[in-house]
Amino acid sequence: MFQKWKDRIDVTDIVMWLIGLTLLSLVLWGSISTLRAGLYTGRHWVDFLIFGLAQGSIYALIATGYTMVYGVLKMINFAHGEVFMSGPFTAYFVAIALWQSDFLDNYPIIGLMIIFLSSMAVSTTIAYFLEKIAYRPLRGAPRLIPLITAIGASFFLQYLFLGLYGSGIQAYPDMEILTGFWMVAGVRILRIQVVVIIASVLLMVALYSFIMLTRVGKAIRAVSEDKEAAALMGISVDGMISTTFVIGGMAAGAAGVLYALMYKQVYFFMGFIPGLKAFTAAVLGGIGNIPGAMLGGLFLGLIESVGPSLFLDGLGIVAPYQLKDAIAFTMLVMVLIFRPTGIMGERLSAKKA
Amino acid sequence: MTLAQSLWREGIKTGAIGGISVLAISLVGMVESFNKRDIIADFLSMGIAFIMVFGIILPYIAAKRTTRPEKHIIFLNALTAGLVTAVFPALLVILGNIINLRSMFVNASPVLYNLLTSGVEGVGGILILLLAGILCGAFAGLLFFLPGLIRSVIIVCLTSILAVGIVQDLIRPLFSSWGIMEVVSEWLFTQNGLTIAGTIFIPIFVGAIYMFWQLKGEGIKTRYNTLESGTQKSVKMSSFFVLAIFLIFLPHILGLFLSEVLTIVGLYILLGLGLNIVVGYAGLLDLGYVAFYAIGAYIAAILTSPAIGAFTLTFWQALPFAVMGGIFAGILLGIPVLKMRGDYLAIATLGFGEIIRILVLSDFLKPWLGGAQGIAKIPNPAIFGWQLSTPQEIYYLILLGCILVVFISVRLRDSRLGRAWMAMREDEDVAQAMGINLVSTKLLAFATGAGFSALSGAIMVSKIGSVYPHSFNVFISINIVCLIIVGGIGSIPGVIVGAAALVGLPELLREFADYRMLVYGAVLVGMMLLRPEGLWPEARHKMELHGEENGSDETQTATAA
Repeated sequence: MFQKWKDRIDVTDIVMWLIGLTLLSLVLWGSISTLRAGLYTGRHWVDFLIFGLAQGSIYALIATGYTMVYGVLKMINFAHGEVFMSGPFTAYFVAIALWQSDFLDNYPIIGLMIIFLSSMAVSTTIAYFLEKIAYRPLRGAPRLIPLITAIGASFFLQYLFLGLYGSGIQAYPDMEILTGFWMVAGVRILRIQVVVIIASVLLMVALYSFIMLTRVGKAIRAVSEDKEAAALMGISVDGMISTTFVIGGMAAGAAGVLYALMYKQVYFFMGFIPGLKAFTAAVLGGIGNIPGAMLGGLFLGLIESVGPSLFLDGLGIVAPYQLKDAIAFTMLVMVLIFRPTGIMGERLSAKKA
Repeated sequence: MTLAQSLWREGIKTGAIGGISVLAISLVGMVESFNKRDIIADFLSMGIAFIMVFGIILPYIAAKRTTRPEKHIIFLNALTAGLVTAVFPALLVILGNIINLRSMFVNASPVLYNLLTSGVEGVGGILILLLAGILCGAFAGLLFFLPGLIRSVIIVCLTSILAVGIVQDLIRPLFSSWGIMEVVSEWLFTQNGLTIAGTIFIPIFVGAIYMFWQLKGEGIKTRYNTLESGTQKSVKMSSFFVLAIFLIFLPHILGLFLSEVLTIVGLYILLGLGLNIVVGYAGLLDLGYVAFYAIGAYIAAILTSPAIGAFTLTFWQALPFAVMGGIFAGILLGIPVLKMRGDYLAIATLGFGEIIRILVLSDFLKPWLGGAQGIAKIPNPAIFGWQLSTPQEIYYLILLGCILVVFISVRLRDSRLGRAWMAMREDEDVAQAMGINLVSTKLLAFATGAGFSALSGAIMVSKIGSVYPHSFNVFISINIVCLIIVGGIGSIPGVIVGAAALVGLPELLREFADYRMLVYGAVLVGMMLLRPEGLWPEARHKMELHGEENGSDETQTATAA
């Protein structure tokens, strides 16, 4: 009996469960002691929540790009963060031009539309050519090769934009309609955060209905199920892969402007960390699964915003906010260890991850 | 119209690629910053030479890709490609003179326009630019029609002018330190660029050697191969001996600056050989490799630095702790990722690397690790009271480390463990079915790689004397992955070649250093597209990537037989 039990359990499994349990108990202990110490009031928590949702919806938009590309190509498009950066970085110059000509003040909605469209156009172009030049010739190559190409493309794009636009951190011009706050039931809610949440939800709904309801969306889903069968059904596989990159690029371009409006900064390296976070979000939701990526993004945004104060303050850690990225990456690793299929996904469980 | 399109399609398409490339290198500022250096004194600057390389290579590709057999069409396609390549920068100059592009593109300066039009104002300058494009295209077209040997000799000669012109700042001090050679140096070089004599002599010299090797090289190789195995061995041993002597005296030949570069390359060779075990042998793509470098560096720093004050060991006493710490961390971080493969493993390890860096940087661990300020006052290592402080002295320490690590790598590769790693790389499931214990094999790969990395980290801090969290960002990991891949994945000489090419060259050419990551990215993508096996590939890996072609050849011959 004991022998049988011993055979089934692996030493490494025990170590992993121990690590998991330690982290979980640390999180619980930290949360309880933070709440008991009462460092933050309810208003603080609402602030954290809304900020988390806003940040999370941006991650969610980027994550859809990762997840869709993974669906059709079974590769991590490491350069997606740079697709996300290229749009708003270019649109910054459009925004400045509009602002200098007072257009942005007189017609703020149209002005914002122009900024969004130019950002999406640039991101889409970059995503399209990225696929065409760097990934298309590598269909059927060993798995490591497209991944390394993607890493190379990521650095190439980062430093291309550094060279083109300079290394300075730029800020989008302030806009009247996006500054200030609303009072809802005695809670102060920043206007920009509400705009970000609403805009991303609209975009995500549009994207999801495109994938689920249109013919092209159906074709994309078919390609991600089975390339050969899709080709036999008369679907242009290469065309659908390009379309996937285009849609991912559009979502990333829009997310980029939202990010730039919220954080007030654009620079060449801005895509790297959000890109990794969005990837984390995609994995959280089960990679290849679009609603999963959206939920994963929101969840990650919340954890990142609430986590440092909730988990770490109670443990007596100085300046917990510095460790918010560490929380996100720890969560990534934990998800990959304990539930590589993500919260929503079951599809990948049998395949090689 | 359609006929014209099909006739000139290659020329226009390839030319457009060339034009966009030239536009990109101009707008990122490469042309302007390279222009400070002359290849040929007062005649050809590096920036212009760089554009010309594009202007010649792309028309050549256009000629090669043209499917029509008629010679004049091939030639005209090359010409078109050259012209189209020049049209893009010409448009940039025209546009830049009408509106101010500088508020968007920081490098779109009048200096750049001046450079592109060779200083001629107005329409004349544009015409010169277009004419230059056509000439480059014509040259490429002519080159295409030359017989193979002559063509490759011309290419080698031109490349030698470029190469010597680029590294002249390094060659000149070498020559001048050797008395008699100074005359030669003065004859070949000016303060900035080659002299006319140098421009003529160097390509002839290099071209002659190349011709000789092309014509006689096969003979020499076969003669070596027909030697008795005992004689072959002694030839090998004596070349090792010459190499050893050369390596011992190298820093004194090279001088201070080059020795410094050499030590940096050496540290990367150590790192590269460590990661080569993980990525190259065991096939586990680890993007958080810098974590172990940081762990080794920090352990050595804490144990030796009086600034922290807890311990004041010597370098040699701290070294085993650093290496053991690295190995331990390798196992610890290896356990969670045991079951991951491919992409997931890469991302998880990247996450680990970032977590370690964020932790080291945080205020939370500042009392022990120094936070963003790092740890300073780390003593240099000493051997029997001889303080190794200059790069020339540290070089020997690094050389020792490299020899040790190369030796361990070679022995491991040929061992049972090495074969198990490679079996695991090819297919984990099959390897497991063959009785390989995946857990211990993977952990041993992580541990060995981490140990080498920690060794490199410990040497690095004792060389520099301080350590900062900012020196351990994800770029170091990417750098190391790049150098392994460029050199040839899984190949030990490949790591050395890769480190020299990717770390040494940018250190030597300060102009390049600003564009290092840009060039890395392009090189990685290009390498994966054109030559995925690397510069100095491991035989087995090369076979794997090109196996299908050979395999189909064999089947063809088999069916023919």
